[in-house]
Amino acid sequence: MADITAEAAPRGHQPATAAPRRPPVLAVGPLAWVRANLFSSWLSTAVTLALGYLLVRWAVGFVDWAFVNAIWSVPSVNGTAQTQACRALQGSGACWAVVTEKHRFILFGTYPYEQHWRPAICIVLFIGLYIVSAMRRFWRKELALVWLGTLAVIGVLMWGGILGMPYVPQERWGGLVITLILSTFGIAFAFPLSILVALGRRSRMPAIKMLCVLYVELIRGVPLISLLFMASVMFPLFLPEGMNIDKLLRAQIAIILFAAAYLAEVVRGGLQALPKGQYEAADALGLSYWQKTGFIILPQALRLVIPPLVNTFIGFFKDTSLVLIIGIFDLLTAGKTAIVEPAWQGFGIEVYVTAGLIYFIFCFAMSRYSQNLEAELNRHRVR
Amino acid sequence: MSDTAADPRLLRAPPKKGLRLSWADERLRAIVWQVLVLGVVVSIISWLVSNTSHNLEVRRIATGFGYLSREAGLPIAESVISYSPTDTYARALIVGVLNTLKIAIVGIILATFLGTLVGIARLSKNWLLSRIAATYVEVVRDLPLLLQLLFWYAILQGLPGPRQAMHPMEGVFLSNRGLKLPWIQWQDAHSFALLGFVAGLVLTVLHARSARAKQMADGKPRKVWPAALGYLIGLPVAIWALLGAPWQGDIPALRGFNFQGGLTITPEYFALLLGLVMYTAAFIGEIVRSGILAVAKGQWEAAEALGLPRGLIMRKIVLPQALRVIIPPMTSQYLNLTKNSSLAVAIGYQDIVSISNTTLNQTGQAIEGIAVIMAVYLTFSLSISLFMNWYNARIALVER
Repeated sequence: MADITAEAAPRGHQPATAAPRRPPVLAVGPLAWVRANLFSSWLSTAVTLALGYLLVRWAVGFVDWAFVNAIWSVPSVNGTAQTQACRALQGSGACWAVVTEKHRFILFGTYPYEQHWRPAICIVLFIGLYIVSAMRRFWRKELALVWLGTLAVIGVLMWGGILGMPYVPQERWGGLVITLILSTFGIAFAFPLSILVALGRRSRMPAIKMLCVLYVELIRGVPLISLLFMASVMFPLFLPEGMNIDKLLRAQIAIILFAAAYLAEVVRGGLQALPKGQYEAADALGLSYWQKTGFIILPQALRLVIPPLVNTFIGFFKDTSLVLIIGIFDLLTAGKTAIVEPAWQGFGIEVYVTAGLIYFIFCFAMSRYSQNLEAELNRHRVR
Repeated sequence: MSDTAADPRLLRAPPKKGLRLSWADERLRAIVWQVLVLGVVVSIISWLVSNTSHNLEVRRIATGFGYLSREAGLPIAESVISYSPTDTYARALIVGVLNTLKIAIVGIILATFLGTLVGIARLSKNWLLSRIAATYVEVVRDLPLLLQLLFWYAILQGLPGPRQAMHPMEGVFLSNRGLKLPWIQWQDAHSFALLGFVAGLVLTVLHARSARAKQMADGKPRKVWPAALGYLIGLPVAIWALLGAPWQGDIPALRGFNFQGGLTITPEYFALLLGLVMYTAAFIGEIVRSGILAVAKGQWEAAEALGLPRGLIMRKIVLPQALRVIIPPMTSQYLNLTKNSSLAVAIGYQDIVSISNTTLNQTGQAIEGIAVIMAVYLTFSLSISLFMNWYNARIALVER
């Protein structure tokens, strides 16, 4: 084809060579970008100037508060912190000393001080588990075993009692590790349950369908707090006399039941989005229900809903903070308790900013991951 | 039709209708499974019930809702209706329900407003504005709501006391006692004017309907807004004027150590409202954005080609289509906000959860207390989703 065009072009007629001209300054380059995106009209210019002014003022104020005027540590006399310097600066400077002083408590709660390495390892293990699960090359059946193994190791580390580690009862666990335990165990148990419920809700057996609909709608209709209250005050009444389950486990069960109802709806979305032909083809091959579900339907349906699943996980990670209300020592409760001490009263903002930063890092990582994954899984559609 | 009768496909016997007693029969399997699952569920529930009734007997906890008519003796800081600790538990719970409604309704209205602004701001051509909106959404969505509530509450509590209150304009004070706003002294005339407004709303809807019916009949558009203005503003003002036009301002002022008069927004309510609105608005912003993006660009262009003005395009072409995408997820955000208002208990705003929780601590009747909470929220959830489903069906695409 190339020579045809070459042939068609008039030969021997060279176009006059014009000196290469630069495009006008205002059409390309940073100046043009600023013009198009910040000052394209009178209204836009006004908005930019107003927002820019507010932003700069706020940023200067924040830097002053958080860094310039901040106090990072305070002296302590006879074991009580001397916070007068912080009090004097309250309102104009942050008192990060409360975080410096209480960071162990915020991270590990009332866990015995010399044993803090154990929850610390658990936190690292949890993060490692998340990273491994996030990598697509590890998405195979063995991953379930890795999860089981890691969760078992975490259980051993937290409880102790063997390998020379002293036993630590559950009442003393606390801090970030509780947040990670509640959310990770919650998801690990809620996810399989949610698949069963989602399948049940699409089942042709009326009794099973009704049970699943009832479960999902009941749980989704009430706030998580009411379930947590139920776990903390009502659950002990359900059990036969003498049998007692501790509070953390009861809250964990409430979170699992809550999470499963929401996840089930997400999974159901995937089941419904799958073309009907897939179901019919599997039936035509003569596969049994469980073969059809396990080999044909679920692998495709779950892949479809991975991004909303991750979003739901983010929701649960945040929602575990609600155990504060029934007095379980998660990250937020530990933060709130750290400032109960008279010396540190009134420094809530610093503690909440720190706890918020920790939550934000986890949630932001998950949300970025979900966005990338969505783009990657949809790549074949965009083309 | 002898050749049809000869068709061998029709000679095959139809499958038997009766139930075969064999595991290979799908229907039999279904029955067995259902009986098994139901049996397990029922036996678990009956086991729990028998345990519970035994435990209640052993611990001598009363059952039933008899306690509702007893004197509550629990103080409630803010209430829409009159309440004193000598009132019954039932009245205390009603106060709680009203407090929940108070936060949910105001929260839904403000969150919708702010969320729409955020969603539009994210689509703005102004880079700074869209970046700020995007950052707001990302940060707020990735922090637990409870943390945000505690944060706002800590900030409000850290404000100066009434004597050093912030005083941005006449009659407005912001201190650690909450926000004080000027208000009017409420009289009967105001209540009647409010009723007049509601009546005006009904009349406006009826008028708009008849106007549309007439337009359908002869094709001529009719202006609705003059009549609407008359109904919505003229009617209440006329009623108010007829009743003597009472108008007496109730301006808050500092007396001694506290404020007198005016409308009070307590720090608890303010923190809860701030947290809920900021949090939900981030989610609503995303919904609005995706709704607007979902309307194909060709719709704008086609409408412009017809020569419609921009406002009319937005109102008649784009918005109705965007709403179809927006309404279902918006419903679940409204439900979430209502359910999230239960976090009030953490900062001491006395909503239904908080009051019911106090009640169950006082009476020891945990089951009834939690049943009340659940019943209230289930009612809210069902009513909101019924209403939104009705609205959704109304605006849904009518297909041939």
